[in-house]
Amino acid sequence: MLEISDLECVRGGRSLFRGRSFALRGGELLHVAGANGSGKTSLLRILCGLLPPQRGEVRWQGSPIRALREEYSKQLVYLGHAAALKDDLTAAENLSIACRIAGKQFRPSEIHRALEIFGVPDAGTLARKLSQGQRRRAVLARLALSEPVPLWLLDEPFAALDAAAAGVAEELIARHVARGGIAIYTTHQEARIEASARVLSLDGPQA
Amino acid sequence: MIQALRCLVYRDLLLALRRRSDAVTALLFFVVVVSLFPLGVGPEPALLRIIAPGVIWVAALLACMLSLARLFAADHADGTLEQMLLGAAPLGVVVAAKVLAHWLLTGLPLVLVAPVLALQYDLPAPLLGVLAVSLLIGTPVLSLVGAIGAALTLGARGGGALLALLVLPLYVPVLVFGAGSVEAAAGAQSPDAHLMVLAALLAAAAGLAPWAISAALRISLE
Repeated sequence: MLEISDLECVRGGRSLFRGRSFALRGGELLHVAGANGSGKTSLLRILCGLLPPQRGEVRWQGSPIRALREEYSKQLVYLGHAAALKDDLTAAENLSIACRIAGKQFRPSEIHRALEIFGVPDAGTLARKLSQGQRRRAVLARLALSEPVPLWLLDEPFAALDAAAAGVAEELIARHVARGGIAIYTTHQEARIEASARVLSLDGPQA
Repeated sequence: MIQALRCLVYRDLLLALRRRSDAVTALLFFVVVVSLFPLGVGPEPALLRIIAPGVIWVAALLACMLSLARLFAADHADGTLEQMLLGAAPLGVVVAAKVLAHWLLTGLPLVLVAPVLALQYDLPAPLLGVLAVSLLIGTPVLSLVGAIGAALTLGARGGGALLALLVLPLYVPVLVFGAGSVEAAAGAQSPDAHLMVLAALLAAAAGLAPWAISAALRISLE
């Protein structure tokens, strides 16, 4: 369970949001909504522990994440704005190394299958030769290998994706939530999973 | 943990192999700078022998500086650094791997090429050995200490110049004892005392720097 209490975020001397509290249980999906600059990315970065909040606390299974550190990191996948793809590595190498940094090792066949699910053309192509959408697909392929990881934090997962790839990503997220995982995402696109999601709007009046 | 270390070192070496020009720049810089001095100072063997240790060591410091700015910058820009912070391995291990890869790519080539370059300075054979050993112990310290500066100046404007101002003063002890060891050996003394001090610097840096680099990275990434 992920709990947030009385969270305040200040960036560049300006308070983006304050007094935010919510709790997510396994099997819940949260859509963080808000205009550009309303603090969606900052919220996700706070939730994964990259950014310390000005005030308030994030707790995972009852313990503050600051105390859990790597124990908490192992429980989450964070796919941020930046793709974390190396231009000089192939899609398969990128994915394999990203997984190993996260502490999981996969066989090449599993890596290739994950890339196939997202239709990344030839796994031997250097990432610099992929189009923007294909790069995004190569990043999202990590989700196909992250099924046992309970918490997914996805910043604009559908950006630059075509309908087919967005559909695959949505299906993976839906299945993850159905299995009892937690997923938190931001998006400006219409998403079919929207219907089952709780919505946290950062635009609204602050509690 | 060892696995994470191996994976990251492998990754950095693979990236360097795919983009060789970046990796070779520092080495070429070192070769050119060291080779320019005999041309500028003139072919006076006695003088060249005296300036050799200092010139080679200063060139090594500068060559190391040159490659430091890129140590974390690329991983920072494309988001890989965030993923490393969220990785399964403690940040200290990640940082140790990055520094080790940096040393393998810049420090080690300097150690290997320095004795060859030193021939231009008419250094006698035993001194070539001392020079190589002093660089072998000293260059990892340069990578470790330099990485602290690289982490602190990450994302700062004019980071390159700032990095030099920050790190070069910290390199002074390494320079003094590194060049000093060769000078001691040239004066028919044992270079052991200098090399021991260098080794002590390496031990201290290896123990403390990963911790300092991690702290600096966490601040830079907020």
